[in-house]
Amino acid sequence: MIHKFTAPLLAGAIALTAPAFVSAEPDGPFARQIIARQSLMRLYAFNIGTLVGMAKGQVEYDADTASAAAANLASLAALNQQGMWPPGSDSFDNEGTRALPEIWDKYPDITKKGAALVAATASFAKTAGTGLDGLRAGLGGVGDACSACHKAYRKPK
Amino acid sequence: MPVLPATRRIANQNSLGDGAKTTTRTAGASVTRRRLFLALSGVLAIVGAGYFLTAPNRFPDAAFDQITGDAEAGERVFRAAGCASCHAAPDATRETRLILAGGRYFKSPFGTFYAPNISSDPVAGIGNWSTTDLANALIHGTSPANRHLYPALPYTTYIRADPRDIADLRSYLATLPADPTPSRAHDLAFPVNIRAGLGLWKALFLRPDWVITEVADERLARGRYLVEALGHCGECHTPRNILGGLVRTRWLAGAPNPNGPGTIPNITPAKLDWSDDDLLGYFTTGFKPDFDTVGGEMAEVVENLSALPEEDLRAIIAYLRIVAPVQPAP
Repeated sequence: MIHKFTAPLLAGAIALTAPAFVSAEPDGPFARQIIARQSLMRLYAFNIGTLVGMAKGQVEYDADTASAAAANLASLAALNQQGMWPPGSDSFDNEGTRALPEIWDKYPDITKKGAALVAATASFAKTAGTGLDGLRAGLGGVGDACSACHKAYRKPK
Repeated sequence: MPVLPATRRIANQNSLGDGAKTTTRTAGASVTRRRLFLALSGVLAIVGAGYFLTAPNRFPDAAFDQITGDAEAGERVFRAAGCASCHAAPDATRETRLILAGGRYFKSPFGTFYAPNISSDPVAGIGNWSTTDLANALIHGTSPANRHLYPALPYTTYIRADPRDIADLRSYLATLPADPTPSRAHDLAFPVNIRAGLGLWKALFLRPDWVITEVADERLARGRYLVEALGHCGECHTPRNILGGLVRTRWLAGAPNPNGPGTIPNITPAKLDWSDDDLLGYFTTGFKPDFDTVGGEMAEVVENLSALPEEDLRAIIAYLRIVAPVQPAP
């Protein structure tokens, strides 16, 4: 009985819940800013990739390489992002960005989270070259700092 | 709940009143009277069925008297069931997320739900709940005051939980700090704000059976238990119908984000192309294979998962491999 009753509802629900998912490129008045900040994210990811590879044991630990990658993260976090986050460049009004409007609604909370990332990467830059344990511990702190923003301010795909 | 007995009383009064009137009429009115009687019987039957359907289920008061919970085992249940994800305060950090003061909100098409205080405070929280009270809430969606709870609390998942685990969880919760913050009332519109209606909702959508009915070994059974009975992955990763029931034919096939813009991904084998090590790395560190980091509500999930033993994470991964592949909705 339940199945008979719910079947049309289910069909309707599936139709309703099917989003027209289009992977969009940044477009519109803020395309330059959106591309710039996404480029910054890719630079983080590139360096984190080197470090995660060592943490997982997929790549042999090398103190110099680890230090250089962690120093890059610290440099990236310390970059002045002036002009990259103009009001209105959020996921509500723009294609190709997952930056939620809450970033601006709850400003300046994001600057605190940004400062936490600066601190985590600066301290990681000092420990990443001290051995595999230091690398693993510091990487966790950096990951937490990344996620703090992504948790609050990034739209799920 | 008081609505129903009242309705029933009114129906009874009507039946007496109308009956008294019809007896004073001529014999020609007897057909009308019989029809009226049938109609009233029908109304009473519907009200009775309604009462049956809307009455909350509960365990007998003594159901858990013989079970002593183990707080240490309960911590693992707590992590796997993701209690802190919703019941920690909205601004909780990794250090304060065991203060289960509640207050996080969940916007849904039905209104806004606020997670209640489930800290060990006896007044603001659930410090004075018995194991039976907790089991009634988690398995039957019934409060100690015998009212239906909203399925924002995923008892639709926890209904499959082992009562032993509930007893362990009760013991663990008792070890967590008390917080005096009062719970905030949900902000719901009519008719969703009528809790009695949840009885019908439960009759339609609260099912104790497994989604994957056959599992080949212990590890898959554990994975199924973690996903389908505690982890409530399906509550976000499975689409819902217009009444908010999960669409089981699209189990874990992705869905609109229930709590804001965006989409929760399809994690059936049709789309999930991460390796076992990728998934294990994600569950323990939050880093994705492309070295992006976990975000949104999933960041909370990873905080819970990263505290589970690797064998549990491997079991979840094994389970994800046997989920029916479902292509993205066209």
